[in-house]
Amino acid sequence: MQAEEMRLDGNSAGGALRELFARDVTAARTTCRECGATAPIAGLLLYGGTMGLVLRCSRCEAAVIRLVRTPRALHLDASGLSFMTIEV
Amino acid sequence: MATREAIAPPRLEWRVARVVDVRDETRRARTLVLEVPQWRGHQAGQHVDVRLVAEDGYQAQRSYSIASAPENPMVELTIERIDDAEVSPYLCDVLRPGDGLEVRGPIGGYFVWSTNLSGAVLLVAGGSGIVPLMSMLRHRAAAKADQRARTPVRLLYSARTIDDVIYRNEFAELGHDPDVRVGLTITRNPPSDWIGYRRRIDRAMLEEFAWPASDAAVAFVCGPTPLVESVASLLVDLGYDASAVRTERFGPTGS
Repeated sequence: MQAEEMRLDGNSAGGALRELFARDVTAARTTCRECGATAPIAGLLLYGGTMGLVLRCSRCEAAVIRLVRTPRALHLDASGLSFMTIEV
Repeated sequence: MATREAIAPPRLEWRVARVVDVRDETRRARTLVLEVPQWRGHQAGQHVDVRLVAEDGYQAQRSYSIASAPENPMVELTIERIDDAEVSPYLCDVLRPGDGLEVRGPIGGYFVWSTNLSGAVLLVAGGSGIVPLMSMLRHRAAAKADQRARTPVRLLYSARTIDDVIYRNEFAELGHDPDVRVGLTITRNPPSDWIGYRRRIDRAMLEEFAWPASDAAVAFVCGPTPLVESVASLLVDLGYDASAVRTERFGPTGS
């Protein structure tokens, strides 16, 4: 693994998530379906790169959100997320 | 304290920024001064995504914090060179004034601060984690005196060696403001006459330097993952409200 590919956090996923959501969601509160931990998107651990990303719970490391980009589509797997609240 | 967006922001588009200047900050960190077409300004603490596309179509993308104040029409990124990496050596060693660079942003609504938020501020950085915090300090320095007086700030910055301290000269100027206190800790081979801290940030250092919990400061902690997680949990142990401790973890840096 290259040094630059070390994990970051959900702050860095803000751009990719803006391809899906109309507003910034890095401050949105999430609840992990696996362990129930709550955290802002910014507090989740980020793995991945240009093609796709995984945001993991910082407590139990379960995959909370997966986002994959293919040439014609964005694929979102939010099955690890039991709840998300976005303040407006 | 969600970001205040009266309406949904416009779509995030890739744009070709022009490099107008480059500035070496340390042996390993360089600032790129970018002119971004149709830039609508940013909030202190936000970042941009940078995309490099090779001739064969291979893409590499990274996020870099904005170092400049929102008041600055140019977008400045300070990049730490990571040897053997894909992106930072190109940005630090190859890119020249006049070159183009694909960016999109500004991005982020969590790790952001404005002088409109009254109250004490604690900034804690490790290595190049200082970059978004510098945007906050520059933003504050550009504010009116009454706004500065309402936002006293303490910055604790951990760097590997004295030569790795980014923006060192600017800290001296910032220190002229009676409401700014800057603390530096050098974790490797500090000079013998070094009067700052000489160890990794620990509980005793935070007890001594950080605002006491009773001041209800908001904290921004940015740096390598181990530093950020350690400092954030120490601050909560010391009585900070967990929601008042905002974190941004970086990959590798020097601290």
